[in-house]
Amino acid sequence: MTTLYLNVIAGGILIGIVYALIALGLTIIFGVMRIVNFAHGEMVVIGMYVGYGIWSVTKIPPWMIAPVAALALFMLGYALQRSIVNAFIERPQHAQFILFISFALIITGLHLVLFGPDSRPIDIIESMQSYSIGPLRLDVVRSQAALMALALITGLILFLRQSMLGRSIRAAADNLIGAQVIGIRIRNVYSVTAGIGMACAGAAGALVAPMFDTQPFLATDFTLIAFIIVIVGGLGSLTGALLGGVIIGLSEALAALVFSPALKTVFSYALLTIVLIWRPNGLFGEQSR
Amino acid sequence: MSKRIAVNRRQVLAAGAGVIGTGILPRGVRAHGAPVKIGVILYLSGVQAFMGQQTRKGNEFGGIYAKEAGGPPMEFIYGDAESKPENGRVVAERLIRDGCTLLIGTNDSGSTISVAQAAEAAKIPFLINIASAPQITEQGFTQIFRNFPPATTLVGNAVIRIKELGATTGIEPKTAVILHVNDTFGQGIMKGVDIVWEKVKVPIKIVERISYDVHARDLSVEVAKAKATGADLLMPITRVSDAILIIREMVKQNWSPMGIISPGSPGPYEKAFTDALGKYGDGYMSCVPWYNPTKAGAREIAVRFEKEMDGRFDLNAAFAFEAVQIAADAIKRANSNEPAAIHAALKTTDIKDHIIYGGPIRFNEKGQNPNIGVVMLQNQNGRPVVVSPADASEAKAVFPLVPFDKR
Repeated sequence: MTTLYLNVIAGGILIGIVYALIALGLTIIFGVMRIVNFAHGEMVVIGMYVGYGIWSVTKIPPWMIAPVAALALFMLGYALQRSIVNAFIERPQHAQFILFISFALIITGLHLVLFGPDSRPIDIIESMQSYSIGPLRLDVVRSQAALMALALITGLILFLRQSMLGRSIRAAADNLIGAQVIGIRIRNVYSVTAGIGMACAGAAGALVAPMFDTQPFLATDFTLIAFIIVIVGGLGSLTGALLGGVIIGLSEALAALVFSPALKTVFSYALLTIVLIWRPNGLFGEQSR
Repeated sequence: MSKRIAVNRRQVLAAGAGVIGTGILPRGVRAHGAPVKIGVILYLSGVQAFMGQQTRKGNEFGGIYAKEAGGPPMEFIYGDAESKPENGRVVAERLIRDGCTLLIGTNDSGSTISVAQAAEAAKIPFLINIASAPQITEQGFTQIFRNFPPATTLVGNAVIRIKELGATTGIEPKTAVILHVNDTFGQGIMKGVDIVWEKVKVPIKIVERISYDVHARDLSVEVAKAKATGADLLMPITRVSDAILIIREMVKQNWSPMGIISPGSPGPYEKAFTDALGKYGDGYMSCVPWYNPTKAGAREIAVRFEKEMDGRFDLNAAFAFEAVQIAADAIKRANSNEPAAIHAALKTTDIKDHIIYGGPIRFNEKGQNPNIGVVMLQNQNGRPVVVSPADASEAKAVFPLVPFDKR
């Protein structure tokens, strides 16, 4: 029984790290621009199609494709921000909601037109393999995805702390007016931030593609999971997104084991409700500015 | 300056009746002699799109075959319920407004009930090709004709096949664990298994029942839980995508029970399953209604379907094919495109020569064909083959299962 619990906990942590990468994209966009990206799950699905497409042609392992998917989605996010979203920054929140919901519907519609409704599995030998470490059996695909996600998260944190552009992003998030006063080009910061947020979604998409067969209708699930994580962790908090991902991954796995697998999602929502009552700003969230 | 038009109560009622008469009644009723418009409601997109697309191929091939056999002119209009049960009614109402005088569908119990409500309201016959929830024929619908076994019958026959397996192979499993999808279909089959298991006195103890969400993308915990029971048999009640997830997890967790036997659910016999899993998909057994491969003509139809429609002639395709043959037979006998005439003809259906394993196609007072049999399939060399009963079998069952790590 201990082995069963250990395996389930390990599996929950591994998928939680990938969830954290998805949520990180959502939280960084909100933290800097105070915009909620309702099309975040759709960006993850674009990443899945990028992963599937590159794998189909090259047979490169999907975890290696993640940086390419991140780059593709960075460019898409940057272009979308510069061309459309920047114009909506000062507009009322409902206008922003409608804009992102439109993005979501358009992306899903395009996926349906381009690829059809069928699931597209990545059939690799690793999908059937696991690492044995003592009593632990770690899913190979999940382990590779979690390691790559962790590497990307570390890289992102280093970028935000060490680079000039990263510091500008943090400055804009901390004090928008102050950042403008010292000459930071805010529109440019917004575009880079949108690119980074969507790059996180794209990379995560490529990483989950071998686990969840790619199809257009997965987007809502990813958007919901990202929202649960960032609300539990605290909107705008990087630490919150990271730990929130692990907490949700772990709680879903344990809920399935201890109670009933059919209650996994219910358990996540219950956790969300408890956090909202107990700490409305999330576990690591700050008071709204 | 403007002239006031006085409208009295009778004029309003007359206009209302006119609107109802011309708007709700299908246009086909008024276009006598034209091809019969048949509305086909399926899940053509969404999570169950694969089954819907496969069913559509069966309907299309059925149309080609019926035409070649001198059937009446039929025009099929497809409606997509987008894998959402509640959409069935909306799509059916639209098809009825478009002039369809017969409905065929769906490939899911939830949407079938939803379509049946629309068919009942408009008095349009509804020929059910795939849906197993028992309540469909128990709600007093007068327009439905189901050529698919209800879950209770399906499970009853399936359990008998499972019980026979021990006797025919000489290997008696002692325990089983059920892993089932938590939706109308999964719950229906589960309840059926529980009832019949006791009734038939199967000497196998069901040690645990594990349910999972219909939209689950990860079944690692569910499989770990099932493995921990140490059961001899795994009895999955699935659809194709979750059946694939279960086998992948079993391979990863190195769990090879004595057998994997589905007591009546889709998944293992579908092309998507065998293509995705290759050698790991072999050995999986399922008890389902199926075409009789030993019957003259049935195998030829299956071979031709695979050649012309680029797909496997599986349960979905075979029942969709047969629904069209039933429709063609009824329309021919009715000699009309009037819904009432087609309904009357469907009620007196009596087709002895057909491809599905079982007796003649006839509908009882509830609209159910009670003569559909169940076979046991097993995937062998990447294809489903009938292994039981003897009068339909193509190969011998491989039991116990070859362990995954020995393949």
